[in-house]
Amino acid sequence: MMLWQEGGGRIVPVNRAGRSMKLYCLSGHPTLPCNVLKFKSTTIMLDCGLDMTSTLNFLPLPLVQSPRLSKLPGWVLKDGSTFLDKELKECSGHVFVDSVPEFCLPETELLDLSTVDVILISNYHCMMALPYITEYTGFTGTVYATEPTVQIGRLLMEELVNSIERVPKAQSASMWKNKEVQRLLPAPLKDAVEVSMWRKCYTMPEVNAALSKIQLVGYSQKIELFGAVQVTPLSSGYALGSSNWIIQSHYEKVSYVSGSSLLTTHPQPMDQASLKNSDVLILTGLTQIPTANPDGMVGEFCSNLAMTVRNGGNVLVPCYPSGVIYDLLECLYQYIDSAGLSNVPFYFISPVANSSLEFSQIFAEWLCHNKQTKVYLPEPPFPHAELIQTNKLKHYPSIHGDFSNDFKQPCVVFTGHPSLRFGDVVHFMELWGKSSLNTVIFTEPDFSYLDALAPYQPLAMKCVYCPIDTRLNFIQVSKLLKEVQPLHVVCPEQYTQPPPTQSHRTDLMIDCQPPPMSYRRAEVLTLPYKRRYEKIEIMPELADSLVPLEIKPGISLATVSAVLHTKDNKHVLQLPPKPPQPPASKKRKRVSEDVPECKPLKPLLSGSIPVEQFVQTLEKHGFSDVKVEDTAKGHIVLLQEAETLIQIEEDSTHIICDNDEPLRVKLRDLVLKFLQKF
Amino acid sequence: MPEIKVTPLGAGQDVGRSCILVSIAGKNVMLDCGMHMGYNDDRRFPDFSYITQNGRLTDFLDCVIISHFHLDHCGALPYFSEMVGYDGPIYMTHPTKAICPILLEDYRKITVDKKGETNFFTSQMIKDCMKKVVAVHLHQTVQVDEELEIKAYYAGHVLGAAMFQIKVGCESVVYTGDYNMTPDRHLGAAWIDKCRPDLLITESTYATTIRDSKRCRERDFLKKVHETVERGGKVLIPVFALGRAQELCILLETFWERMNLKAPIYFSTGLTEKANHYYKLFITWTNQKIRKTFVQRNMFEFKHIKAFDRAFADNPGPMVVFATPGMLHAGQSLQIFRKWAGNEKNMVIMPGYCVQGTVGHKILSGQRKLEMEGRQILEVKMQVEYMSFSAHADAKGIMQLIRQAEPRNVLLVHGEAKKMEFLKQKIEQEFHVSCYMPANGETTTIFTNPSIPVDISLGLLKRETAIGLLPDVKKPKLMHGTLIMKDNSFRLVSPEQALKELGLAEHQLRFTCRVHIQDPRKEHETVLRVYNHLKGVLKDYSVQHLPDGSITVESILIQATAHSEDQGTKVLLVSWTYQDEELGSYLTSLLKKGLPQSTS
Repeated sequence: MMLWQEGGGRIVPVNRAGRSMKLYCLSGHPTLPCNVLKFKSTTIMLDCGLDMTSTLNFLPLPLVQSPRLSKLPGWVLKDGSTFLDKELKECSGHVFVDSVPEFCLPETELLDLSTVDVILISNYHCMMALPYITEYTGFTGTVYATEPTVQIGRLLMEELVNSIERVPKAQSASMWKNKEVQRLLPAPLKDAVEVSMWRKCYTMPEVNAALSKIQLVGYSQKIELFGAVQVTPLSSGYALGSSNWIIQSHYEKVSYVSGSSLLTTHPQPMDQASLKNSDVLILTGLTQIPTANPDGMVGEFCSNLAMTVRNGGNVLVPCYPSGVIYDLLECLYQYIDSAGLSNVPFYFISPVANSSLEFSQIFAEWLCHNKQTKVYLPEPPFPHAELIQTNKLKHYPSIHGDFSNDFKQPCVVFTGHPSLRFGDVVHFMELWGKSSLNTVIFTEPDFSYLDALAPYQPLAMKCVYCPIDTRLNFIQVSKLLKEVQPLHVVCPEQYTQPPPTQSHRTDLMIDCQPPPMSYRRAEVLTLPYKRRYEKIEIMPELADSLVPLEIKPGISLATVSAVLHTKDNKHVLQLPPKPPQPPASKKRKRVSEDVPECKPLKPLLSGSIPVEQFVQTLEKHGFSDVKVEDTAKGHIVLLQEAETLIQIEEDSTHIICDNDEPLRVKLRDLVLKFLQKF
Repeated sequence: MPEIKVTPLGAGQDVGRSCILVSIAGKNVMLDCGMHMGYNDDRRFPDFSYITQNGRLTDFLDCVIISHFHLDHCGALPYFSEMVGYDGPIYMTHPTKAICPILLEDYRKITVDKKGETNFFTSQMIKDCMKKVVAVHLHQTVQVDEELEIKAYYAGHVLGAAMFQIKVGCESVVYTGDYNMTPDRHLGAAWIDKCRPDLLITESTYATTIRDSKRCRERDFLKKVHETVERGGKVLIPVFALGRAQELCILLETFWERMNLKAPIYFSTGLTEKANHYYKLFITWTNQKIRKTFVQRNMFEFKHIKAFDRAFADNPGPMVVFATPGMLHAGQSLQIFRKWAGNEKNMVIMPGYCVQGTVGHKILSGQRKLEMEGRQILEVKMQVEYMSFSAHADAKGIMQLIRQAEPRNVLLVHGEAKKMEFLKQKIEQEFHVSCYMPANGETTTIFTNPSIPVDISLGLLKRETAIGLLPDVKKPKLMHGTLIMKDNSFRLVSPEQALKELGLAEHQLRFTCRVHIQDPRKEHETVLRVYNHLKGVLKDYSVQHLPDGSITVESILIQATAHSEDQGTKVLLVSWTYQDEELGSYLTSLLKKGLPQSTS
């Protein structure tokens, strides 16, 4: 049940103190996470990555009519039935869906996504499912991300939408998804999971609507959520504007580490110190190629590129329009002259190529120290500005238009999409695939290059695999965990066992104590934590009225009777209001008729009554006929004339008397003198 | 009582040499470290000996914050850190950090190389000083130390200008630096959230001005430039390299484009050209429109505006020249002015404030015969126009910022005393907060009354919130707890828990009162009558008749027995603990009055 309370002009969920902390895992992909954390009364989505590996099951979308692709034979079942031959095509022994490519969405059924209060984005690769979440689930909350994340994320989405929409495909295949039919298909289609969840790409209006829900944040900015929780993005060192997130209250701290890097490339270095003292550390987005050294890969990239070009061949680099491409261009900038490549044209083709190159130059504050220093001069932080100025690097929105006039071979082309299923890269694969002089160099680690190449087989062109993934490897993770010492680590299950293809490599998994809690898609974890305190503010007037009493050396107590005010999940204690003076004009009612309205709680008592002293006190106050009897547990003090009996034991006193209020009150106050109040 | 102390070393009832000391919760912060354009002697820098006579400044200051790159806010920084000696952190935004050393170097060159002063800071000192600078992002919470944190807000005045919140525990001060509440052609408007500081220190340059719409001023400016150029005259616009220059360049550039004008526009080389690069690279600090369109068209890549060469001044025909410095007190703008002043076809437009003693100030106050060096008399025949394009908040803007931040006190700096006085009254009237305007060297003390944060045990809080989720305003519920103070920790727990933690047992105090009532009926009938009576009177209480014949009111127990001697009298035993004292006492007095006849 959701409880609501007015507060500060907006509706905020009421803090249901003491509820457990839960993690709903909506994505099974370790580098494209989508988790929902329920923490105190807030529901926080951590990233919304879009698993695009599903597109590998589809035929590429050619920009120019491709005779080869259109002539592929329809797939025929073993029993000769051909009812799927319109939907499925066969190419070199692999079967592909001939349809608009579809993506695998995060789980939308595990919890009601309209209850998500906020979405925290860690980097631009992890927000690609955002329109599906914000536009289809009744989401009404706020998305938080840094400015570079939003700007570059927008570019990635624009490129994606553009490359799919500009090749209109009449057909949308769905028959093969039928469970009965899917069973009959060859692998990997047979084993494709959650095919019912696969969706077509969103549209630009949806992208714009989704992005309009984002609020920009800066590193180390403290953002209050409903007064209950504070979230803070920290630099994660992986990409421009990439962040890890701290989610904390006064007493608990959850760190969300997603896509972090300790290598010095262009982004601001990772902030590790702020992750210390976490109760729970959620760890996602580690390197997908733990065995490859990014530096070595860059070296191989350069030498393969140079070799191909020297032999008169062309080089195709399937890539995203932002990220590693900046580093590759910087390496080439230093490399081309020494490698004698000064006259080779470099082409960067993407609908967002220009924007990406321009945007990269304006995020000085999000860059590493060296690049910042350049901006202070002032010079552009990335040397691709100079490559463009000297005409060595040219960028085009697509292969159509100016590019076809300027195009000279041999050349190097950077273009998307790395899945080789859509975008301008499809054209170059078709164009250059037949010649062994040409080379395609894979640098993006998100897709298996063999799967990516499958619909282009047989290929004569050389294929080089230089995956560059700068995210944390397991050695770095183990160092990081030793450094920041979280109480508990939570991670995708893939990180708790060696990679399936290298089952002997027990070094390729997370090793920490206590062992990490792991999750898989569609699982709900209850996270360990125990909250015992909450912050409350004592108003100065109330604080002044308190009377502290030293009970033990160094320990003082004060009883507090106050009015509790709770607003926006913030608690404040105030002085109780003074009882209103009875209006003078009105005749006072008899006291006894007033039912006691406000009943201020009496304090608890502690201590014991020393009988002898008590009797002396009684006598001092005029009781002359005091008699004391011993009992098993204590004493009975008798006031014979008053027919009153006081039972005194170690931890209790019982006054039994006639209905004589002044007497009872007198005795009460005498007893209280011997006791401490709490 | 905790207090915040503020002492301006500069900018107290004055414009220039901004430097304000703030002591808050035991932390000392220096806000800005500026120079004064109107002085060439010791008075040009703040008097840092006020902070300490003999010790290192580092020992007395926890940090220094620079609001923006104008020299009246950062011009004394190398002197302060390298010559007087300060090694602590200096905070400023990235654009300020980038541009500040360039302006400082420029200032140094003019002072040392041109005026021949010695005993001034050196280039190396500027570099060393900048090494102590920590750049901050907007809205980033910077932890200066465990207690002191600062946060920057967008101020809009010039590229990289920021307002700063200084916070220790729940006490806070906001310093605005210079700010602008209306977006202009290249910068956005200042913005702050409802952070409710104990004190807002605001600039008050235009304390009494409510400026006409910017559009009118812009139209006026363009008309004057256009007319002059049309009649073949030359227009000189003295500017400072960064700030207004860019705004006016954008204005002229778009106008030239729209009107298809051919007369050349120049800006003096060096700084301004470089400045445009800064605007390009820090485009995220400009206004939304420029940021949105920069990929298609970078507003700071001017097509019509070209670099100026000294020889161009003698070219025939119309032209527009932006030249530094802005107050015509030296440099290229003054050189060009001397060349063009004699021709009535020409025009000089002063787009900003001029300090007394400068040529700019003289011609604006109507002087037409100027004595130059070497007793030469320069007759000014050219037209002189003043057009305020300074990006300061006007009175309306200042009030608007106060409304946004909701401070408990306001303190005015960076303005003239007379105007401040007027604004002070207005602020006190409208917002009912105290407003201060200390002079330089004068200390203002503000008492704060912070609430005390304590840890409350969830058990106790839950117990209290469970009673009523929607607090009833008319009938406030009292909560009862015990505050345990140990070392420096404050914890509020239930009395039971406090007892338990201290290893003490509860002592139960119980009362049992015998109440005699006259009722000849049978015992159980009497009990029923009592029950009905209590239920009728105590409507808000839980009154129960238990199977064993007793009655409970909340946790108070009532039992009836027959009187041993008198059958017509019943004895009611009312028993309660000390915690139920009020109700128990009330019940006995209620029952003592007997049962009403009607209830049966």
